[in-house]
Amino acid sequence: MSSPDSGVASAPSTAPAGEDRRVLSYVDALREAVAQEMERDASVFVMGLDVDDHKAIQGSTRGLVERFGPDRVFTTPLSEDAMTGVAIGAAMAGMRPIHVHIRNDFLMLCMNQLVNMAAKSHYMYGGAVTVPLVVRSMIGKSWGQGAQHSQALHAMFMHVPGLKVVAPSNAHDAKGCLIAAIRDDNPVIFVEHRLLYFSDAYVPAEPFVTEFGRAAVRAPGDDITLVGVSNMVMECLRARELLAEVGVSAEVVDPISLMPLDTDTIAASARRTGRLLVVDNAWTTCGASAEIIARVVEDPGTGGTVAVRRLGFAPTTCPTTPWLEQGFYPNPATIAASARRMVDPSAAPWEPDPEKAQLAYQKQFRGPF
Amino acid sequence: MAAHDPRLVRTLYRSLRLIRRAEERLAEIYPSDKIKSPVHLSIGQEAASVGVCDALEPDDVVSATYRGHAAYLAKGGSLPAMIAEMYGKATGCAAGKGGSMHLVSAERHVIGASAVVGTNIPIAVGHALAFRRQGRDRVVVCFFGDGATEEGVFYESLNFAALHRLPVLFVCENNHYAIHEPLAKRWATDRLGERVATYGMKTHLVPDADVFAIRDGAAAAIARMRAGGGPEFMECRVYRWREHVGPNEDYDAGYRSRDEAVPWMDGDQVARLAAMLEADVRAAVDAEVEAEIDAAVAFAETSPPPAPDALFAHVFAG
Repeated sequence: MSSPDSGVASAPSTAPAGEDRRVLSYVDALREAVAQEMERDASVFVMGLDVDDHKAIQGSTRGLVERFGPDRVFTTPLSEDAMTGVAIGAAMAGMRPIHVHIRNDFLMLCMNQLVNMAAKSHYMYGGAVTVPLVVRSMIGKSWGQGAQHSQALHAMFMHVPGLKVVAPSNAHDAKGCLIAAIRDDNPVIFVEHRLLYFSDAYVPAEPFVTEFGRAAVRAPGDDITLVGVSNMVMECLRARELLAEVGVSAEVVDPISLMPLDTDTIAASARRTGRLLVVDNAWTTCGASAEIIARVVEDPGTGGTVAVRRLGFAPTTCPTTPWLEQGFYPNPATIAASARRMVDPSAAPWEPDPEKAQLAYQKQFRGPF
Repeated sequence: MAAHDPRLVRTLYRSLRLIRRAEERLAEIYPSDKIKSPVHLSIGQEAASVGVCDALEPDDVVSATYRGHAAYLAKGGSLPAMIAEMYGKATGCAAGKGGSMHLVSAERHVIGASAVVGTNIPIAVGHALAFRRQGRDRVVVCFFGDGATEEGVFYESLNFAALHRLPVLFVCENNHYAIHEPLAKRWATDRLGERVATYGMKTHLVPDADVFAIRDGAAAAIARMRAGGGPEFMECRVYRWREHVGPNEDYDAGYRSRDEAVPWMDGDQVARLAAMLEADVRAAVDAEVEAEIDAAVAFAETSPPPAPDALFAHVFAG
């Protein structure tokens, strides 16, 4: 297990051998997944504002238009509402569209189509149609992204039957999940944290699928279970290292897919450690963290035996100024401090050194985009 | 007016008559509560669906609205499956899960209908995009009402279809009301065709529900679309004879008068085409239609309900 600061992230948990020991960034893993699927299946295409420009969605679509042509990789009018409907219609007609949005916030303009059509068509038409659609979007943090460029609204999509929601935390799963999403016959909301884009992991060169609904234990521990969503897996891994310094052994679990959700793996870990702290890069109210905890507590085998707690965005709008923004997000120090309190409520208050708690990806990231 | 081909008159009449009589039968059945979901009747508006769909090939695609019985039937959707759907039976076209507002037919390429106004429009455009990519010579007809033209997604969809010259015939069934609100309270001007024309597409207006004019206009548009001419737009002015939702008339409700409806009823296309047929031809068609409806109602009545575990079937595909 390599540390999240070493440049190579922690998935897969066993270091591969031979040719599989290839290191790839998250953003290149996304691009490779799409390119390989487009090569394999002529029905796959990519649409979205700026997918064919020089910035290429931070590089995640770079080279695709040159390789596959403007019929299969094309920009759209801003029209997010209609473009979502166009993607759904094309999917119903046998294509496999990947609709790319530069920010998750813009999906609010797509909600009618995603909730009322994409999620429901297979059901309300009695199975007569399918909607094999992938909706990619970035979620963000840092560099003053502010109120409308920082949100992670995955829980809104988890709420609606018929949508799948995945939030891979590393380059390996980014590739495996994206290939799985493209091959899935259902609409998949694919959530990518901006700060993960240039994090590296071992990623097989061959196409492979990361199965939805299977959580991964990223690091073992005995005293508390930390569940991180998306980039919060990385922050939980760092928190785990900080906790080790005060003698607390934390297990870190990555749900990978939020819908379907692998409650069994999370509940089993929580029952063993007796404590569950769920950390989301999102608000906690009606959020993924609330859902994960509710499912664990409702699990007949768990009962009232597990202490639970959530961490997420502060219950306020994300401010732009760094002096306020730093209090908005959970970070390895706040995660570790919360976990410590759960494990040992009588211990003296403890705050890890904030400098030590910073992750490489936060230090490296600069704007403006 | 030039005489119309009697075979065409018969074909159009049969379709008009089937839709009219099927809906009249549904209106009779509705108070029995055998149909436990909303129905929005097309009575008075059938000509738009019948005229346009007659110009289509079997492989072409129709996207309908929640007031979609006419479009579904005009495209050849199964009447027994439609009525069974409204009865909530397992044999319904959507296995009982969609009801009157979400009619669908994979065999006849009716790609579904949305209860959220305007939502079907980009879905139809997406089908056209797919057919273009697949190199298939199919066209898409997208039906919607006057209310849908007030949604932003309508203009977004027009723009994209025109930009990519997609084979979509946009057909606005302008029945003058959104639920109970008249155009005068909703539109700054009634120059809908002019608004659409600014996207660079050809527009047509049929002001009187003339089924032949609708058919001929659609046929010409579709021929141009198959030749790569890009999308076109047709406004068919029609009139909704019954209440927005449900089986009854509502001229006593205060928002409109029967006087307003009378010219439309006088111009009823079902009666008009009936009068153009020889008496024996008409009688034969009418008898056929009644028998078809009787059989469809019997099919719905005797079909089994869905099994309880169907509640969870089709949440996800695969």
